[in-house]
Amino acid sequence: MSYAKLTRDEIARRIALDIPEGSYVNLGIGMPTLVGNHLPKDREIFLHSENGILGMGPAPARGEEDADLINAGKEPVTLLTGGAFFHHTDSFAMMRGGHLDIAVLGAFQVSVSGDLANWHTGGDAIPAVGGAMDLAIGAKNVWVMMEHLTKEGAPKIVERCSYPLTGIGVVKRIYTDLAVIEVTPRGLFASRLVAGLVFEELERLSGVPLHPSSARAAA
Amino acid sequence: MVDKISPSVEAALADVRDGSTVLVGGFGGSGVPEELIDALIAQGARDLTIVNNNAGNGEVGIAALFKAGRIRKLVCSYPRQVDSHHFQEAYRSGKVELEIVPQGTLSERMRAAGAGIGAFYTPTGYGTDLSKGKETRVIDGKGQVLEYPLHGDVALVKAERGDRWGNLVYRKSARNYGPTMASAAKVTVAQVYEIVELGGLDPESIVTPGIFVTRVVKVPRKQSAYRAPAGGSVTRGISGRAAAGR
Repeated sequence: MSYAKLTRDEIARRIALDIPEGSYVNLGIGMPTLVGNHLPKDREIFLHSENGILGMGPAPARGEEDADLINAGKEPVTLLTGGAFFHHTDSFAMMRGGHLDIAVLGAFQVSVSGDLANWHTGGDAIPAVGGAMDLAIGAKNVWVMMEHLTKEGAPKIVERCSYPLTGIGVVKRIYTDLAVIEVTPRGLFASRLVAGLVFEELERLSGVPLHPSSARAAA
Repeated sequence: MVDKISPSVEAALADVRDGSTVLVGGFGGSGVPEELIDALIAQGARDLTIVNNNAGNGEVGIAALFKAGRIRKLVCSYPRQVDSHHFQEAYRSGKVELEIVPQGTLSERMRAAGAGIGAFYTPTGYGTDLSKGKETRVIDGKGQVLEYPLHGDVALVKAERGDRWGNLVYRKSARNYGPTMASAAKVTVAQVYEIVELGGLDPESIVTPGIFVTRVVKVPRKQSAYRAPAGGSVTRGISGRAAAGR
């Protein structure tokens, strides 16, 4: 049976719809930024930016950009009415101190026990960590947004990360272009498989043991 | 009468010595004290340790300091940007030492320096390559890493407005590291676009109280048109002057 992978926007939409009203949320640089475009208009959700913004709004209209108002990816943004500015140390107190409900992060790899590798590919690359490690250990819920497989078709959910770690046992949920995976002490539980993809095929592609989410409910 | 206003950026930086640790505010292009960095280049201090979130962009600011060969060491959280080529060149050729610090730890180490804290444990980085060789402890069931304060000899920060007592307010996300760095250095120099009379800043809204500030220097306001990052999520110097190619 054939199936179609979700586009990045479709994954972003799934994530956006799962964010409850009133949540304080940090969207990581890169793919997770897309989630901001899909937040339901009828929910009040507070976006946090590590460089000192709560209540971050969408990109400004062309010509309205302000060099003093940028997001963590250094792109121009706006401030919602009621939003606030603060300094870096307070911003990281919010992150490290467990005040954020959800951080959505990209990843190179996630291990079956929730280890996250998303900052460095090792080798000769110049290392650059930014705020990734603070978000990984600090947010109440770390959700990963990534493709299920690498461009070469290798699994990104692995027994043990081969890339340098960002945090140990921190990931709670993984949204991929094939399914949603809950990371629990009793293993990985898959749900919301894309139409046409059967569980056995997902498990075969994943290369690590998975359980159907129905098994979790039954357990 | 106390008057912390310096007549010029040159006068404000006259006493920076070789080998100093200089805390430089800014995140990407926002909040970068570009006029002070230019003055530091002209001043000639060498062998500097620079603390900044990034590693300089394009040809201006910290990038120009790298180009001029003045930096011995960079303490930084995110140096991997497409247009940080002057840093990359210096790093690849072994001319500059790089210390990578998780961003929140970088900020908290400077907070600790300013607040007189001897050291602190943080869960950030536990079990990763960035905590290798550091003391660790399990506290409240969480692995934690011992981190030490990061003091500056000099801090260069950009604020929006200041007064002669050194009180500062910032603008939007350009605030970033400014308040923390101001507290963490022996000498803090703030560049501002506007100097107001005492009382001209609402005391309820002063972000950096003057006790943390040594000198305030006024610089001309620039056309601060936003310039899109080159090649996606990388930063550029954001200023009319940078746009004009100086």
